Amino acid sequence: MRMIDGRFFAGAVTLFMWFALAATARAQGLDVDINKGQIDPLPIAITAFVGTSPESAQSGADIAGVIANNLGRSGYFRPLPPESFIEQITNFDQEPRFGDWRQIQAKALVTGQTTMEGGRLKAQFILWDTGSQQKLAGFEFTTSPKNWRRLGHLISDKIYQAMTGVPGYFDTRVVFVAESGPKDKRVKKLSIMDQDGFNVRAISDGKQLVLTPRFSPNSLEITYMAFGSGSPRVYLYNIETGQREIVGEFPNMSFSPRFSPDGQRVIMSLQDGGAANLFVMDLRSRQMQQLTNTDAINTAPSYSPDGSQIAFEVGGDNSQQIFVMNADGSNPRRISSGGGRYATPVWSPDGRYIAFTKQGGGRFAIGVMNPDGSGERLLTEGFHNEGPTWAPNSRVIMFFRDEPGESGGPRLYSVDVSGYNEQLIKTPTFASDPAWSPLLN
Amino acid sequence: MLRMSAGFKAVALCFCFLALAACSKKNTANLEDENGLGRAAMAGSEQQFKTEVGDTVFYLVDQSTLTPEGQETLRRQAAWLKQYSDVAIQVEGHADERGTREYNIALSARRATTTRQFLISQGIEASRISSIAYGKERPAALCDAEQCYSQNRRSVTVITSGAKTS
Repeated sequence: MRMIDGRFFAGAVTLFMWFALAATARAQGLDVDINKGQIDPLPIAITAFVGTSPESAQSGADIAGVIANNLGRSGYFRPLPPESFIEQITNFDQEPRFGDWRQIQAKALVTGQTTMEGGRLKAQFILWDTGSQQKLAGFEFTTSPKNWRRLGHLISDKIYQAMTGVPGYFDTRVVFVAESGPKDKRVKKLSIMDQDGFNVRAISDGKQLVLTPRFSPNSLEITYMAFGSGSPRVYLYNIETGQREIVGEFPNMSFSPRFSPDGQRVIMSLQDGGAANLFVMDLRSRQMQQLTNTDAINTAPSYSPDGSQIAFEVGGDNSQQIFVMNADGSNPRRISSGGGRYATPVWSPDGRYIAFTKQGGGRFAIGVMNPDGSGERLLTEGFHNEGPTWAPNSRVIMFFRDEPGESGGPRLYSVDVSGYNEQLIKTPTFASDPAWSPLLN
Repeated sequence: MLRMSAGFKAVALCFCFLALAACSKKNTANLEDENGLGRAAMAGSEQQFKTEVGDTVFYLVDQSTLTPEGQETLRRQAAWLKQYSDVAIQVEGHADERGTREYNIALSARRATTTRQFLISQGIEASRISSIAYGKERPAALCDAEQCYSQNRRSVTVITSGAKTS
């Protein structure tokens, strides 16, 4: 695996494949079918990882908690309460008493061990099929002890993939806007957290109004809009170095930025009088290419994962619709066709869907449609839902939901692409404009 | 200690002025009540611009064309700005909260542009008028009902320099 190092990612994580027998699990019919929409979550017992020292024992229990939380929130697993466990795992090397686990209805069992080695924390785990009594997966990961939550996320991804056949999305981060203060003078800070809402870290001080942050494909940079001196502009922020730069000097406002899938370009809207048009800047040569040239509002661009097409919003004077065009700006065509207004198109990482915000009848929904505009499906609907972003496995969408009232504010939610399993992501403050990172490992 | 950008200084300054103006207005009203005497705002002051000319123009849902009332307000603004030719202004465009973030940024830029261009058409030099688009980020009224949304679809003409203070 790729080594991740640097100030923010704080220490490399190393992975050894222990044994990965996911194919066996699928052959035996224990796999979880995540294409069915609402399913019966699989009962799974996640035991506290056995520590070989008091320090690693605490980490072992904490890691098991992270895994149980991740898998439970995915909607595809039902972690059993530890109070129901009959067998207490105290020796990782000893085979579990499978009858004890079948008795409490656990179809799958996770055992693990945590060890301190030369100042680093090692976590090993085994995923067991309690029916066939076979190992379905096993890996070990090593990292700095302060990164213990990441071990939980990495192991969660391995379990999710072994049981569903689809890559996980737990070892990821979300960049968002943390909001505080009264509604008419909101203080907004760029913030980063783990996908489960933990490890929140502000990366701007709140003195400037900041909006719409998006990750680069390697998760090391963020592009966003900020109000500084003069016109509001699009910025780049390097997470490792903390450096910040303006993306181009333009006579008017630049906004609504997003990276191209290869990370080499930033696409954005530039204002010119009452019009807003799409431009793309090559980050190396700083060359700008104009992609639309109309009097309308052209904004919220999002590339298809292969970089060949761009979905975007066209609006103005009581119309707002989603269009798709070729990456060079040619052949723009409207794809949204239902009643109401369509906004914030975001292409799924697997290319199958475009997620959007739909506005109609004074309400706001999050939905998905096929890239040709067919197959529209709303996933959640209410007073105000906005700004979808995809998990890297294209199975989960995060968005923000605003509440009415002077003291109300936005919070982050996730929902399965099937429309089931809506989950609040608890954050210390109000939060908006989420953008999901790719898998970090 | 606080490292503020020039733009934010201007905005912060303007919040202070607004607060002062609100207090002054209240005091004036009290004087009127007690003495039965009116006291006009000082000629050429920011307070006069706000209270006697009107700094805000309202727009209809998803529209960036001026209403007759809006045009009337802007004609008064233009006349005042001609009289006080040292005054520079920034037109703030705003949208209500019932729209998506990026779209509302663009829509509020349209409104600021409409207001600015109308003032230019009335003979105010373009160099005296800057503009900024706040989208739905700075609502003026917070009730989450049409009566408030209609107050938030607006452009506000903010004096950035040159007003009389004494």
